[in-house]
Amino acid sequence: MSGAAGFFEDLFRGLLQGTPPGAVYALIALGFVLTYKTSGVFNLAFGAQAYISAAMYFKTHTLWGWPKWAALVVSAFVLAPLIGLVLERLIFRHLRTASAVSKLVVAIGLSVALPELFNQAARFTAVAGRQISGIMPDGAGVFYDPFGVYRFNRDELAMMAVALIATLLLAALFRFTMIGLAMRAVVESPRMTGLSGINADRVSAVAWALSSTFAGLAGVLIAPRFNSLISTEFFMLVVIAVAAAAVGKLVSLPRALLGGLGLGWFIAVFNTFLPRWSGDHTWLRPFQENLTPSLPFVVLFAVLVLWRAIGREREASDPLSGVDPPPPALAALERHPKLTLFTRLFGVGFIAVVGSVVWFRAGVLWMHLVTTAVIMSVIYLSVTVITGMAGQISLCQGTFAAIGGFTIFQMADRFNLSVLAAALLGAGVAAAVGAVLSLPVLRLGGVWLAIATLAFAFFFDAVMVKFSWVGGGTTALLTGTRVPRPLVGPVDFASDRAFLVLAVVVLVIVSIVVIQLREGTVGRTLTALRGSEVAAASIGISAARARIVAFAMSAAIAGLGGALLSMHQQNVNYSTNFGPVNALFWLVIVVALGARTVEGAIQAGAAFALFEPLILKGDLLAWILRGEDHLPGLFPMSGSWRLVLFGLMAIQFARHPEGLVEHGKRRASARINQWLEAER
Amino acid sequence: MAPILELRDVEAGYGPFRALFGVSLTVEPGEAVALIGANGAGKTTLARVASGLLAPSSGTVLVDGTGMAEAAAWRFVRTGVVHAPEGRSVFATLSVEDNLALSFQRAFGRAGLAGALRRAYELFPRLGQRRTQIAGTLSGGEQRMLSLARVLVESPRLLIADELSLGLAPLVVDQVFATLGRIREAGTALLIVEQQVGHALELCDRAAVLEHGLITWQGPAESAGAALESRLFTTGAAH
Ligand SMILES: Nc1ncnc2c1ncn2[C@@H]1O[C@H](COP(=O)(O)OP(=O)(O)OP(=O)(O)O)[C@@H](O)[C@H]1O
Ligand SMILES: [Mg+2]
Repeated sequence: MSGAAGFFEDLFRGLLQGTPPGAVYALIALGFVLTYKTSGVFNLAFGAQAYISAAMYFKTHTLWGWPKWAALVVSAFVLAPLIGLVLERLIFRHLRTASAVSKLVVAIGLSVALPELFNQAARFTAVAGRQISGIMPDGAGVFYDPFGVYRFNRDELAMMAVALIATLLLAALFRFTMIGLAMRAVVESPRMTGLSGINADRVSAVAWALSSTFAGLAGVLIAPRFNSLISTEFFMLVVIAVAAAAVGKLVSLPRALLGGLGLGWFIAVFNTFLPRWSGDHTWLRPFQENLTPSLPFVVLFAVLVLWRAIGREREASDPLSGVDPPPPALAALERHPKLTLFTRLFGVGFIAVVGSVVWFRAGVLWMHLVTTAVIMSVIYLSVTVITGMAGQISLCQGTFAAIGGFTIFQMADRFNLSVLAAALLGAGVAAAVGAVLSLPVLRLGGVWLAIATLAFAFFFDAVMVKFSWVGGGTTALLTGTRVPRPLVGPVDFASDRAFLVLAVVVLVIVSIVVIQLREGTVGRTLTALRGSEVAAASIGISAARARIVAFAMSAAIAGLGGALLSMHQQNVNYSTNFGPVNALFWLVIVVALGARTVEGAIQAGAAFALFEPLILKGDLLAWILRGEDHLPGLFPMSGSWRLVLFGLMAIQFARHPEGLVEHGKRRASARINQWLEAER
Repeated sequence: MAPILELRDVEAGYGPFRALFGVSLTVEPGEAVALIGANGAGKTTLARVASGLLAPSSGTVLVDGTGMAEAAAWRFVRTGVVHAPEGRSVFATLSVEDNLALSFQRAFGRAGLAGALRRAYELFPRLGQRRTQIAGTLSGGEQRMLSLARVLVESPRLLIADELSLGLAPLVVDQVFATLGRIREAGTALLIVEQQVGHALELCDRAAVLEHGLITWQGPAESAGAALESRLFTTGAAH
C-alpha cells in the first residue's frame, strides 16, 4: 500500500467516522444557538431538556411498548414544548431584563433540578448498559456503506438528515419570516417590540416552545449513541457543543452546524492519525491515551481562549429599561445595635446548643455528618469569594478542591510529608493553578468565564486525574487514594472528635480571612467592579489584579477544604466528591442560600450534609416525636429531592442575588430594625 | 364621538415612587395637544401610561371610549395609538431595515412593506444610505431619525411623541415638524412632549401644563405662551 493513498483513505475514513458524532454536536449546538437567539438565555439546561425527552421516549417505547411514532410525538412534540412553555411562563418571562450571568445561574439551577424532577415524577431511574433504541425501524441494525470505508446505520443517517434539514428550515425561518425577526427583537427589548405592535409574550412563548421541541428532538435522536441514559451525559454534550456554537458567536445557525461537524471531524481524524504516529514515536503514547477522551474539552477551552471575538460583544441593553422601577435595594445592612447584639447572642447560643448536643450525644454517623458540614462550609467560602464578592461564576471549584486532596495524597501517602504541611501545600498549589487559569479566562468575563472554567473542570476530570503524579495512576486503582489523618504532637486527629475540632478551627480561620478580604482593598475594588466595570476603570480602578487575587484566594480556600475533606474520609474519593457535575451543585446550593456572606456559606454547608438526613428522611421530626432510639426513616424520601429543591431555589438568583434565605433574613431584620427605631 | 385617548384620574409611578398624582386629559380625534412641563414633571411618565408601556396604579386609560384593562403596548398600537419614546429607542442589534420592517410589516402587511420602506428613506435619505448598518452603530441623530421614521411613515390615529427633536440638527427638526404638520392634515391626532415649546405650540391646538405630576393649566395653544410665562415667574419666585 502506497503511503499517500493510505493517508487519504485514512483521512476519508476519519471524516466519515466523525460525521455522526459531529452531527450530534451540531444538533445540540443548533438548539443551543436557537435558544440563545430567540430567548437570550445561555441555556445550560438544554441538556436536561434533551434528557427528559430521551427518557420519556425510552419509557414509552421501550418500557411500555408504544409504537415508535407515538413515543416520538409524545416525547419530542408534546412533552418538550410543554416544558418550554412552562419554563417561559413561570421563569424566563420575568427575567427578560436580567443580566446574562444571572440567567445562566438560573439555567444551571434548572439543569440540576429538572432531570431529578422528571425522574421522581415519572419514577424513572437512570438506565445503563443497554442499547437505547432510536427512531428508525431497526435503526441500529441496518447499515449503508456508500463509499466502502465506513458503515452508517439508519439512526445515524436519520440524525444527520434532521440536523441538515433543521438548519435549512430554521435559517429560512429567520431569513424569510417576521417571526424570526420578532424573536430577536424580543430578546433585545420586549417593550420596544410591544411598541411595534407585536405581542412579546406570545413571541417568546413560541420561541421557547420551538427551541424546547428542538431540544427534545435532539435528545431522542442522539440517545442511541450512548449505551446508557444518564442526565449528566447530556449535560456534558451540551458543554462540548458550546464550542461549536461559539464558532458562530452563538447567533449563526449554519456556522453552528459547521462547527459541530468540524468538531466531530477533527476529533475523528485526530484519533485516526495519533495511534499511527505513536506507533513510530513511543513518547506520544501517554498523550494518546490521555488526550483522546478529553479532546472536546481541549478544543472548547482553546476556542474560548483563542477565538478573539468571544467575550467582546457587549450585552445589548433594553433602550426602554427606564420604565422599570429601580431594583429594590438589598435590605439594610445597617442594624440597630440591640438587634445585632440579639442576633449575635442567639447565634452563639444556637451554636453552643448544637455543639454540645453533637459533642455529647452524637454517634459515629452524626459526628461524621457534622464534620462534613463544617468542611463543606470551608469549601463553600471559596464560592463566597469568587461569586459573592467578585460576581464571577466559576464552575471548577471542585477541581481546586480535588487539587488540595490529591496534593495531600501524593505528599503524605507517597512522600511521607506531614499531613498538615501537605494540606497547606495543597492550598498553595490550588492557588497557583487558580492564578494561572485566571489569566486567560478573566478576559472573557461573565457567561464565557463560567463555560471556560467548566471546560477546565472536565479537562482535569478526563486527563489530569489519570496521571499517576496526580490521581495516583494504577497504584491508586489497587489501593485507593489513601489519605492519613494528621498527628500533631500528642494530639491524634484520627479520633473523630479531635478532627471535628480541627475542622471547626479551620472554618473559623478561613471565615476571618474571608471577612478581612471583603473589608480590605481587594474586596472594595471587587464591589466597585460589580457595580460597573467601565465606571470603575474610569476612576482608575484596575480590574485585573483584584480579580486574580480573588480567583487565587478562592482556589486556595477550595484546595484547603478539599484537603480537609480527603483527610476526613481518609481517601480522596475524587469522583464522588469533586467531579465536575457534582461540583455544579455547590454553586447551586450556595447561591440558593446566600453567596454574599460567611453565614450563607455555613448554611449551605449544613444544608449539603444535613438536609437529606434531617429533613428528607425526617430524622429531626422523628427525634422530637419518637426519641433518640428510633431515628431512621420516618419518611423515606429520595435524596435527589434536594437537587430539585436547591436547583429551584437557585432560580431566585436573578431576583435576589444575595440568596433566598439571606434575602428573607434581611427583610425580617429590616422590619425589626424599623420597629426598634420607632420604639426609640 | 368618543375621544381617541382619555386619561381619568391617572396615578402612576415606579415601585414606591409616584410620578403622577391624578391626571385627567383627553385627546379628540384629529386634535393636537402639547404637553409642557419642567424636567422631572412627569411628562414622559404620562406618555408611557398613555401608550400602555406603564400600568397606572389607579385611574383608567380609555382608547376610543373603551377602557384598556391591562397595559399592553401592543394592544394600544393595534388600535392606532403609536408612541415614539424618548431617547435612542431602536433595536441596537438589528439592521436599520429590520428595525423598520418590524413595524411596517404589521402596519402595511407584506405587500405594503416595500412601499413603506421607500417612503421612510425618502423622509430621511441618510437612513436609505445606511439600510444594512446595525442600528446600534448609527450616530445619535441617525438613531432618532430611525425611531421617527418608524412612526411618521405609518400615519397612526394618534401619535404620542416624546422629545422628538432632541439631538437633531435644526434643519432636520424643521423637517420633522413639517412632516408632523402633514400627517396632522391627514387626520392623525398628536400628543406632543417637547422642550422646544415654540415649535410645539405653533403646531398644536391645545396645550396642557404638567407640574409635579399634576396638570395645572389647560387651554388653547395661543394663550399658552402668556399663561406659561406668568406661571413660570410665579412658581420661580416661590421656589
Ligand atoms: N424608572 C424610574 N424609576 C424611578 N423613578 C423614575 C423612573 N423614571 C422616572 N422617574 C421619576 O419620575 C419623575 C418623572 O419623570 P419623567 O421622566 O416623567 O419626567 P419628564 O417630565 O419626562 O422630565 P424630562 O423633561 O426631563 O424628560 C422624575 O422625578 C423621575 O426621577
Ligand atoms: Mg421626559
